[in-house]
Formats: sequence, structure tokens, C-alpha cells
Amino acid sequence: MKNRILGVALLWALLVVPAHAMHIAEGILPPQWAALWYAVAIPFVAWGLRDLRVRSGRAPVFKPMVGMIGAAVFVISMMPIPVPIAGTCSHPCGTGLAAILMGPQLTVLVTSIALLLQALFLAHGGLTTLGVNTVSMGVTGAFVGYAVFHLARRMGLPVWSAAFLAGILSDWATYAATSFELASALHGTGSMLKMFTAIAIAFVPTQLPLGILEGVVSAGVYRFIAARRPSLLECLGVEEAGAA
Amino acid sequence: MKKILLLATLAVLLTAAAYFALRHSQGSWSGVDETVVEKYAREAGRPPRKPLIDTDQGDLLLFCFTVAGTVGGFVGGYYFRELFPPRDRERENV
Repeated sequence: MKNRILGVALLWALLVVPAHAMHIAEGILPPQWAALWYAVAIPFVAWGLRDLRVRSGRAPVFKPMVGMIGAAVFVISMMPIPVPIAGTCSHPCGTGLAAILMGPQLTVLVTSIALLLQALFLAHGGLTTLGVNTVSMGVTGAFVGYAVFHLARRMGLPVWSAAFLAGILSDWATYAATSFELASALHGTGSMLKMFTAIAIAFVPTQLPLGILEGVVSAGVYRFIAARRPSLLECLGVEEAGAA
Repeated sequence: MKKILLLATLAVLLTAAAYFALRHSQGSWSGVDETVVEKYAREAGRPPRKPLIDTDQGDLLLFCFTVAGTVGGFVGGYYFRELFPPRDRERENV
């Protein structure tokens, strides 16, 4: 087992090379827009901190789960995946799956920490744009993924389909949010809608297949947990006893 | 033996796919931040600034990404083992 873990760690290390994708870099947003997005992100991060304190006291599996998912979001969101049909690279986010497993508030928290580390040491994103990136990847990705998963479950879809849809739509929503953030701040005297549409369309060739990949990974990971340790899903409140 | 053959076939197929994809592709393989985010930002007169700690110099960024990937991998692996213990240890605990 130790060898397996070492193998997975080495594989990750080998796979991760400098990547730039949905992260908005330092200096792109005017200061007032950067401040606005910080103001939007901060309450969600505070909500996540409160949620961590409350829930980690209830279930002992909670802290290791947050640690594992936090590490996964950090690594996944800096992993460039080449998309042959587009000839470009981009990264998945992992926030849809994270939100299904530990809730959207905590996903925002771990995403903001991952983005902070990437901005500080990996020239990836930026400190002035930490708020805006937290809103697109953390808040939008997490809440869309969580809502889609629970809506699909209420509609009677199997859990695998629900996790698949949550993975896809959280990824696409993240990039739609990035398009909106850029268009709202940079449209100048032109039409914001026109700029939003142009940016969103430019993301499509890369993000369409990557979103599907993220859906498949979300469904696969959920299936693995449900098969290997279903009690974990009950502990986390994702599934009722016997449902997984 | 079957497993080794299967893995070897997979490795050959992947290598061939990578060779042909890279040799015949017109793509630059740059990230969508360059092709989309930065493109629109530059057009709007807001080009990106250098980061506060600029690790994007030579192989320094590659080093940072390797360290980050290794640390992230080990942290993930450590907690994975705690959440999904080996089956024999799981049985002992039961």
C-alpha cells in the first residue's frame, strides 16, 4: 500500500507542470473590480471556516476528508490537460466533486487556500485577483455542482449520473463566471453581453471536452467511494444509510 | 503475463498517439489564459502584471510546480490511507 501511495504521489508530481487556465492574472482587473470581487468572496470563505469548525467536531472522518479533497483541488487546479482538438491546455477544477462530498461552503474555503498558494508561489492567478478567482472557481463551481447533484437526485437520477452532471456543469459554470467577471470589468464603452459571449465562446473548444472529463472523473470517484467505503458518504451526510 | 502484455500494448499505443498528435498538430498548447483571458485583457488595455513573487523565471517555475505537486500528492495520499485503510487493517478493526 505504501508503494501505491508513493506511486500516486510520484505520478502527480510528474504530471504537474506549469499551467495557466481560468485563473485571472495579477493586474488584469481594475482595482475597484478586484475589491468588489473580494467583498463577494470573503463572506463565503468566512462561512466555510465556520462550517469547518462546527462539522469537524461532529464526524471524526471529516478532517482527513477535507485534507484529502483540499490537496486534490490544489493539484487538479494546476494540472494542465492538453486538448488535441483545440491545440491548447486547460485544467479541470475539482470543485463540483468537492462540493458533493463536503458541501459548497467548505469547497470555497479549500479553493481559496489552493488559489492563495498558487498565487504566491506558482505565478498562477494573483493576489489582487484572489477574490475574483475564488468567486469563479470556488463559489460558482461549488454551488452549481452541489445544486445540480441534489436536483438530479431529487429528479430520481442515479447517483453516478448526478455526480457526472455536477462535475460537467460546475466546470462549465466556472468558465462562464470567468467570462462574466472579465466582461463586466473590461467591456469599457462596448457591449458587455457581446464581450461575455465572445469570451465564453473562446473557452468552448477547450472546456467542452474538459468538462466532460471532469464529469467522468466525478462519477468515477463517487462510485469508488460508494463501493469501497459507503459509510463515509453517510458520515458526510451525502447519502442516507443504505442509499449508496 | 497477460497483464504485462496489456500494459506494453497500452504504452506503445499511447506513445504512438502522443508522437502523431504532437508532430502533426498545429496547436501551440498554450493555456487558455493566454489564448482567451490575456488576449481580451490586452485588447481592453489591461495586460497582466508580473506576480508579487515572480517564480516564472527559467526552470524555477518547473521546480515550484514539482515541489507543489509532490507535497500535494503526499498530503492527498496520507489522508487517502486514513480514509480508505488497506483491507487487512480494515478487517482487524472490525
